[in-house]
Amino acid sequence: MKLAEKVILGDVRALGRAISLVENEHPDKHALLEQLAPHCGKAMVWGITGSPGSGKSTLIDRLLTHGESHRKLAVLAVDPTSPQTGGAFLGDRLRMQSHAQDQRIFIRSIASRGKLGGISSATGDAIKVLDAAGYELIIIETVGIGQSEIDVRSLADVLVLVLNPGSGDSIQLLKAWIVEVADVFVINKCDKAEANRLSADLDFFQSLKMPTAENGRRPVVITSATLDKGIDELWRTLLNCQDNLVANGSLRDRRARRIQEEISDLVAAKMQEELTRFMNDTGIVEKLSASSLGGGKSIYALRDEILSEFWKDFYKSQ
Amino acid sequence: MGMKIRILIAKPGLDGHDRGAKYVARALAEAGYAVIYTGIRQSPEAIVRTAIQEDVDFWGLSLLSGAHNELFPRITQLLRQQGAGDIICFGGGIIPQQDVPALKEQGIEAIFTPGTPMQEIIDFIEANRHRVRAA
Repeated sequence: MKLAEKVILGDVRALGRAISLVENEHPDKHALLEQLAPHCGKAMVWGITGSPGSGKSTLIDRLLTHGESHRKLAVLAVDPTSPQTGGAFLGDRLRMQSHAQDQRIFIRSIASRGKLGGISSATGDAIKVLDAAGYELIIIETVGIGQSEIDVRSLADVLVLVLNPGSGDSIQLLKAWIVEVADVFVINKCDKAEANRLSADLDFFQSLKMPTAENGRRPVVITSATLDKGIDELWRTLLNCQDNLVANGSLRDRRARRIQEEISDLVAAKMQEELTRFMNDTGIVEKLSASSLGGGKSIYALRDEILSEFWKDFYKSQ
Repeated sequence: MGMKIRILIAKPGLDGHDRGAKYVARALAEAGYAVIYTGIRQSPEAIVRTAIQEDVDFWGLSLLSGAHNELFPRITQLLRQQGAGDIICFGGGIIPQQDVPALKEQGIEAIFTPGTPMQEIIDFIEANRHRVRAA
């Protein structure tokens, strides 16, 4: 039986393998995604983001225990890749191992592979594989991030930002663009001092009524993942959020935007690849750069010259 | 493009001493592999499901409690039952030399006891990477 057929039937080993294929840019990847595509588009996708050690993995572990209404749940946990060696220490699932034997739950660790947006470029494709395998809810845990890594926004239906007490004053919230795109705020580790202060800072932030805000005031849920506090409320808030997105039509808009972004990224990446190959094969940059050394043509003029050569070559080869 | 080697480092049983497992996991990550660490006190069933979900090529078991003769073979046996017997297995920890031949017979292909230079484990992986299924 073909890999795609096994994935659609929910074979866990095939699913593990299929995610490896999309992660590694395997030659069979396009064919696989092609076969899976008709089975995609049903899963809810939640993104959980926040700084390192804010409790994302433990919160997901707790949320999974509240997912009994769902037949199949999956987690994609992204951890950073070493920029030096390309290796990765993938330690998120350690916090979720109590679910390792639950047949409904599939957890997969993913290395970020040098992408700085908090997820890896394979995450979007891994979501498609899980979606086709019938997972109703897919939770993405980003790399621990800070202020502006918002790539997960385009992949997730609902985005949760996990904050901790004592992680800075209201100025930190005003600077961080990630707060703009979150649908739900979680104040985790609420047993720590200054949880009320962070809650007040968030209230202040939300009272500023940004004209661009999509949904106005967004929910704030106060939790302690290790003490299992507030998890019920978080689970209900997230389901509610998803329902609202369906009801007011913005889920459709978000998913349309997601697909548009994915397509334009793919086209841009392909173009970049073609262009890089052209420049490497012809050595045109090296050849033309001489005419800019020590005065002469501007680099912009040279750019246009190189591009016009590229297009000539491109159309010739089509 | 080649497939990135994925390695699971797992601690079965009740033993909570994971300095060695963390050291090996980190060192293998620094050597350029993608390493998944399960944490301590994992059941054989949980480790096997993890290995399959994570689609690993190798897995290393670490145990210091003396239960290796029970737990290591149990895990390789479960993996074979699940059709994942092709994952290459190694082990480490406090393992008496006289236990090693029996463990090897059960499919734990190499045993690295305390004091083993890290390079030996890396050499083992490199020497066996040609056996990793091309997918």
